[in-house]
Amino acid sequence: MPPASASMMPAPAFLRRVIVPILPARAVMLALLVATALAVPAIASDYWLNAILIPFLIMTLAGLGLNLTMGYAGQASLGTGAFMAAGAYATYNLLLRVPELPLPVSLVLGGLIAGMVGLVVGLPSLRIKGFYLVATTLAAQFLIEWVLNQYPWFSNYASSSTISAPRLAIAGYDLSRPGGRYLLTLGTVVLVTAVAWRLVRSQTGRIWMAVRDMDTAAAVIGIPVVQAKLKAFFVGATVCGIAGALWAFAYLGTVDARSFDLDRSFQVMFVIIIGGMGSLAGSFIGAAFIVLLPILLSHVAGIAFGGAIDGGQLQNLQHILFGGLIVWLLIHEPDGLSALASRLWRRLAARA
Amino acid sequence: MPDPILTLTDVSLAFKGIKAINALSFTVERGEICALIGPNGAGKSSLLNILNGVYRADSGEVVFEGERFTRIRPLQAARRGIGRTFQHAALFGKLSVLDNVLAGLTRHSRTTLVEHAFGVFRDASETADFRDRAEAILAFLDLSAHRDAIVSTLSYGVQKRVDLARALVGRPTLLLLDEPMAGMNQDEKRAMSAFIADARAEFGTTIVLIEHDIGVIMDLSDHVVVLDYGRKVGDGTPEAIRTDPAVIAAYLGTPH
Ligand SMILES: Nc1ncnc2c1ncn2[C@@H]1O[C@H](COP(=O)(O)OP(=O)(O)OP(=O)(O)O)[C@@H](O)[C@H]1O
Ligand SMILES: [Mg+2]
Repeated sequence: MPPASASMMPAPAFLRRVIVPILPARAVMLALLVATALAVPAIASDYWLNAILIPFLIMTLAGLGLNLTMGYAGQASLGTGAFMAAGAYATYNLLLRVPELPLPVSLVLGGLIAGMVGLVVGLPSLRIKGFYLVATTLAAQFLIEWVLNQYPWFSNYASSSTISAPRLAIAGYDLSRPGGRYLLTLGTVVLVTAVAWRLVRSQTGRIWMAVRDMDTAAAVIGIPVVQAKLKAFFVGATVCGIAGALWAFAYLGTVDARSFDLDRSFQVMFVIIIGGMGSLAGSFIGAAFIVLLPILLSHVAGIAFGGAIDGGQLQNLQHILFGGLIVWLLIHEPDGLSALASRLWRRLAARA
Repeated sequence: MPDPILTLTDVSLAFKGIKAINALSFTVERGEICALIGPNGAGKSSLLNILNGVYRADSGEVVFEGERFTRIRPLQAARRGIGRTFQHAALFGKLSVLDNVLAGLTRHSRTTLVEHAFGVFRDASETADFRDRAEAILAFLDLSAHRDAIVSTLSYGVQKRVDLARALVGRPTLLLLDEPMAGMNQDEKRAMSAFIADARAEFGTTIVLIEHDIGVIMDLSDHVVVLDYGRKVGDGTPEAIRTDPAVIAAYLGTPH
């Protein structure tokens, strides 16, 4: 099927190579998705946007970032929270100190600064792997949290530990309402997904997976393993950094180091373990699971036990249920929900 | 006229005091198929590992393409044109056959991360070029039918061929094959021998291979080096080796 060439103008290379190849294969589904996604702000309540869709999209983005580093390149990391914090604080300082920069530029630059942090955090991966690597990324997580608290310059000497985010606008369009913040997040997720989709199918992605599957053989057949690992940390942390900036500006409305703690790192890791390591779709599925399930559980529990149990116990019950579900899932589907989904899809396709 | 591509002089390697390679010297001529034979534990794999930098020799000298090296890293060795297959499956298990082979082209890649991420500049032309080269090698080794299979799902014999394809696609000048026919039946061995001979004929690749099956060695190789306990006990044409009493005593006579 020839690529759609509706416009007379030569499309920019990015559009031609990144967007167009995705179109023919899943054109209908994609068009439907885009239409739905764009229609959402008109239909959905602010609660849906604020409490469900925006966090879902940002967790997807963070999941995509970690998936590149860990799912594709095999470099386990618990530094996701730190990378998100780096991105949030870097973007905040860019918006504050270089206000001439348009928002998208600040977001990308903030992400790239987080990427540099990721590069440094990834340096030990050149010598150590597996559990020990996880331990060093953990150290980085604590170190960065500490640095952000220790040096008030990062938070512009704000007295409290939370600082309010600057106004969000692109080319004069105000994005501070829930619908605008949703569209900003959605647009970012779409673009990053397109780039990640290209990347994992390129020689870079192939090299990442080669290093993941058998790093000793990789070097012997001419793969620069050191470069590959550092690139994986850099790109993954860049994406996590953008996710962190959006978490601060499009979701919370404040920049708060406490929202990028170790719990966040674990949460993002759960996103990709549940959704599927080494699967871009898995990041979406895992994020939906992580964001929606607690809400669902609390509704179900609220209906089932109503006034019978108090709030604290209800929350504990939720945690137990959540943990139990994850364990059950991992036993039955170690490759994550995306593997389950693609099996179901194949079965449906075979029947049709 | 002799034209050595590889010369080893007095190369030794010990693991915790045990000599795996003991003052070993021999020469590989350009374009030949050189077989390394010897009982289990003789040091054959260790020798290949020295040649492509996985191990570092304790002493001695290796000259490859006129350049002397004491310490080469696997990546440098690959970039200088030393290809390698493995005794034990070392493929990228979750990748398809095609992706495994494409990974073997990395040393020829000139594109950057940015080109890959945004699909700009040389990305499209290199992708197409790599794809052509990979498809050609798959066809050459009769692997086209398995192109999209995940390698870990393939039979052992096919995996061995994928390993060869992954090494060969990078067009090495020296190809090290560690027991490429281990665990194969006679038909598979014959087919693999033919592929190796064809590869040399087609690409002019110099090949050093480890093999236990003496019949295969007689058919395939121009030159045989016999190892026993890390020492060289024979070096010559297959015919000369077969009748060498020292070799018979050290290797052919003993079960392995
Ligand atoms: N990484 C290592 N650490 C310690 N000892 C090793 C190592 N690699 C090889 N050896 C030892 O060196 C000797 C030679 O081993 P090598 O694998 O080179 O033999 P080989 O001739 O390839 O044998 P095989 O026919 O069984 O493959 C053996 O005694 C082996 O135990
Ligand atoms: Mg061996």
